Amino acid sequence: MKRRLTLELAAAAGLLLTSAGLAAQTGEPLRVGIITELSGASADSGRQGRQVLELFMKQHGDTVAGRKVEILYRDAPGASPELARRAAQELISREKVDFIGGFGFTPNAIAVAPVVTAAKKPMIIMNTAATSVITTLSPYVMRMSFTLPQVTQPLAEWAAKNGIKTVYTIVTDFGPGTDAEKMFVKTFEAHGGKVIGSVRTPLANPQFGPFLQRARDEKPDAIFAFNPGGDQAVQFVKAYAERGLAKDGIKLLTTGDIVDDAFLNKMGDAALGLISSHHYSTAHDSPENKAFVAAYREAYGAKERTSFYGVGSWDGMSAIYEVARRTNGSFTGEEAMKILCGLKLTSPRGPISFDEHCDIVQNVYIRRVEKRDGELYNVEFATFPAVKDPGKAAK
Amino acid sequence: MLGFLGVLVDGLSYGALLFLLSIGLSVTLGMMGFINLAHTALAMVGGYLAVTLGERAGWSFGWAVAGAVAAATVLGVVLERGLFQLMYRKSELAQVLLTLGVMLMATAGVTYVWGPSLQFVQVPAALTGRADFGPIDFSRYRLMLLALSVVLLVALLVGIERTRFGTMIRASVDNQRVAAALGIPIQKVFMATFAIGTALAALGGALGVEALGLDATFAMKYLVLALLVVVLGGAGSITGTFAAAMLLGVLNIACAYYLPEIGSFAMYALMLVVLLVRPQGMRGLSKEAA
Amino acid sequence: MNVRIDPFHAPWRWSEALPWLAVVAAWFIWPDYLPLGTQVLIGALFALSLDLALGYAGIATLGHAAYLGLGAYVAGWLGKYGWSEPISGALLAAAAAGLLGLATGRVVSAGTHLSGLMLTLALGMLLFEAANKASGLTGGIDGLQGVQIAPVFGVFEFDFAARTGYVYAAAWLLIGLLVVRRIVGSPLGLTLNAVRLNPKRTAALGVHNGRALLLSYTVSTALAGLAGALLTQTTQYVAIDVLSFHRSADVLTMLIIGGAGYLYGGIVGAAAFIVLQDVLSGMNPVYWQFWLGLALVLVVLFMHQGALGALAAARDRLGRRLRRSGDA
Repeated sequence: MKRRLTLELAAAAGLLLTSAGLAAQTGEPLRVGIITELSGASADSGRQGRQVLELFMKQHGDTVAGRKVEILYRDAPGASPELARRAAQELISREKVDFIGGFGFTPNAIAVAPVVTAAKKPMIIMNTAATSVITTLSPYVMRMSFTLPQVTQPLAEWAAKNGIKTVYTIVTDFGPGTDAEKMFVKTFEAHGGKVIGSVRTPLANPQFGPFLQRARDEKPDAIFAFNPGGDQAVQFVKAYAERGLAKDGIKLLTTGDIVDDAFLNKMGDAALGLISSHHYSTAHDSPENKAFVAAYREAYGAKERTSFYGVGSWDGMSAIYEVARRTNGSFTGEEAMKILCGLKLTSPRGPISFDEHCDIVQNVYIRRVEKRDGELYNVEFATFPAVKDPGKAAK
Repeated sequence: MLGFLGVLVDGLSYGALLFLLSIGLSVTLGMMGFINLAHTALAMVGGYLAVTLGERAGWSFGWAVAGAVAAATVLGVVLERGLFQLMYRKSELAQVLLTLGVMLMATAGVTYVWGPSLQFVQVPAALTGRADFGPIDFSRYRLMLLALSVVLLVALLVGIERTRFGTMIRASVDNQRVAAALGIPIQKVFMATFAIGTALAALGGALGVEALGLDATFAMKYLVLALLVVVLGGAGSITGTFAAAMLLGVLNIACAYYLPEIGSFAMYALMLVVLLVRPQGMRGLSKEAA
Repeated sequence: MNVRIDPFHAPWRWSEALPWLAVVAAWFIWPDYLPLGTQVLIGALFALSLDLALGYAGIATLGHAAYLGLGAYVAGWLGKYGWSEPISGALLAAAAAGLLGLATGRVVSAGTHLSGLMLTLALGMLLFEAANKASGLTGGIDGLQGVQIAPVFGVFEFDFAARTGYVYAAAWLLIGLLVVRRIVGSPLGLTLNAVRLNPKRTAALGVHNGRALLLSYTVSTALAGLAGALLTQTTQYVAIDVLSFHRSADVLTMLIIGGAGYLYGGIVGAAAFIVLQDVLSGMNPVYWQFWLGLALVLVVLFMHQGALGALAAARDRLGRRLRRSGDA
């Protein structure tokens, strides 16, 4: 009799403690650490991401599975891997976050990956492309954004099949740039095209003039260009127009980074007709996207735009909420990763899912810059469905 | 060949801007031995003022540039009389640190007021687009820069060789103490020289918005280049600075065109070599040959 | 009157224990802030190395980060390509940086201050660009990945809470301090003092100015390289900004604000700078840049001996006033 009582008491105590522990976690706020650009040259993009996150929480409520969601922002302006790494360390050990997200710059993501691996915390790369291999280096990294090879391959294929025989490539000399260049050359030549020249511009203070001049003198059918976007993109497109390349009939093919929806209007008419490939356009014709764009404009101004950067943040939060819902608010790092990597969502960009490395699989669209209602948009005219990142196989 | 001509025009116009940005630095260094790392920050302010006058206040390009140059010059003189003047007798390190601090404040200031992004000006239609010369065409804006630099060079040389003020400048650069002993009002000469140097830098900044791109990192970016020009050309020499600026401009553009793999590496290597072999730069090269 | 460490006696003063008490206390009071603390300790070592070159040998440099960076990359390569033992790795990195210092030191210290400043600036930028170009070797902007560092003494692993890193960095800082203290308190230190005050006179007295300067510059660069190695080993990553100009400018600022030539000026300056930067990083960083610039201007104008110098001067004035009132 006594033994049974003791056993029952022990079981009850155990249950009480466990539920107390679980309750502690469920009562605890769900903290998400976002490492993004709050200052410096890319502050506009970082601000966009932040606005999207706040919009998401306004629409979906700030509580999920009984836990209040808190977002903690940390500044890593531009490529500052050390700051990013330290921020991650502090967010995990001091603030006890459940997720780490954000990342507008590749080196920052690379620096943080080992930290989340050691701490067994899920990390979601929301905005930057990062290098292809990053998801293979750690089981705690999930990519919600895109990779350069993923969006470049369809563009190269489309170009080869649509009358473009020779291309000159101009990319920025860093991870994503070289990824894009390699994938473009490989795919374009595999489909019968010829890359007649390749050049890499410096990441800091590039003067695009001489590079474009050289390209012009080589007389290719088209130029394939990639740079980190924002101000550099505006400068590049201006220089392209200024040098008269369009007049010479040299088309400009780029990844979506250069015709970033948020900066497109700044480029003016010089951008008209540019052909690009990307996974998201503000003009994407789906009910989810129309709602997304409308909500953003309502919250932040009729002329305000978000771009692929914002969509990454939006979907990232969706994923986090989904994890919380399915586990009722309590989960380990491993459990979170399992759910994240198995997700299938309908994002404003289109349908998304994830491959065996927890890398995003999504549609890639070929678009052209057109004017509608006095504003510039990337209008989609061709779709490559469910593209997996080809960059890893290429290595 | 045609490609080379294009590179030449691009390079020389780039050199023209570098000349505007560094001549003030060169003369203040040569005359007073004052290292002014805030020099390009003043140029940057000139650029931002031109943007504001042109875009926000709606002035035409020419007047916006003129206004910006005037305002920046006043600011420069105030800074010189109020702050820099106290540093002339101090050590080089102290000057470097103080002017570095001023540059940081200026960069923070423009970021605060105008934001960190790229700025744009409306260039008049006559200066946009390309000028056709048959098989080759050049950017009209860059041709204008080229012409302007030649005009300015001539004006400066005439000014320094033929006017009384120019003689006083030359005397002060050569030997400050003797010049003062001979009754030359060194402080006034220096203030005027500083003003002219600042005006030229502000002009470089204002014209550079279109050709170089203006954002909050402008001061730091072009400080290194300006220092390079001064090292190469020799402090205090107008012709030396001009030649060095042109050489560097062409080198920069030519490297980007023909040897893009080298990048800025070449420039810093050049700077090192020049400092090691000839610390006084190209100044007085012809005098020595004679 | 002589506020610097007396060369012939160099006794340990009780005030020297204060920073070390702070280092130990921080471990207990702020266990969640050890990553920041480690950065402070490493920054202090870097500033200390600059103090030897600038405060004692009087060599003005705008490119000290070149040696920090070289040490960092050497430690990184060792860790990446098989040599993961930390202590020997750190020493090798310091040696490499010292070699570069030896090679460049003669030229840097030979000319005028201005040419030295320009030369070190050029060298720093050159190394940065070279690291950028040689991205196959350095990882370029993306940084050097795959650096593996074994546990210290085979036991203490470098955890991401930086517990090991903190103690490790503190130990190296202590060693660096002892080295510099020894030099400063030796005949070499006295020579450096004299050369800084009047190089022509010392040369006339038959002193080998160049040799004294070169020796101290080499030690200074080796210590800088050591700091760089610590950066790599505690984070297992090398970012290219370890060679950037702003690193050189920052450490110069730290030293000037703390006070050059007081042995602990760099440590004080580094602690203040790094902690303040972290605290203020929540604010708009534009403010940080502005106040930093203003601080530089004010320090140069009014407090050019730095915090420790001002402290020493105040103590002197107090001492004199007490004595005078005693006499009266």
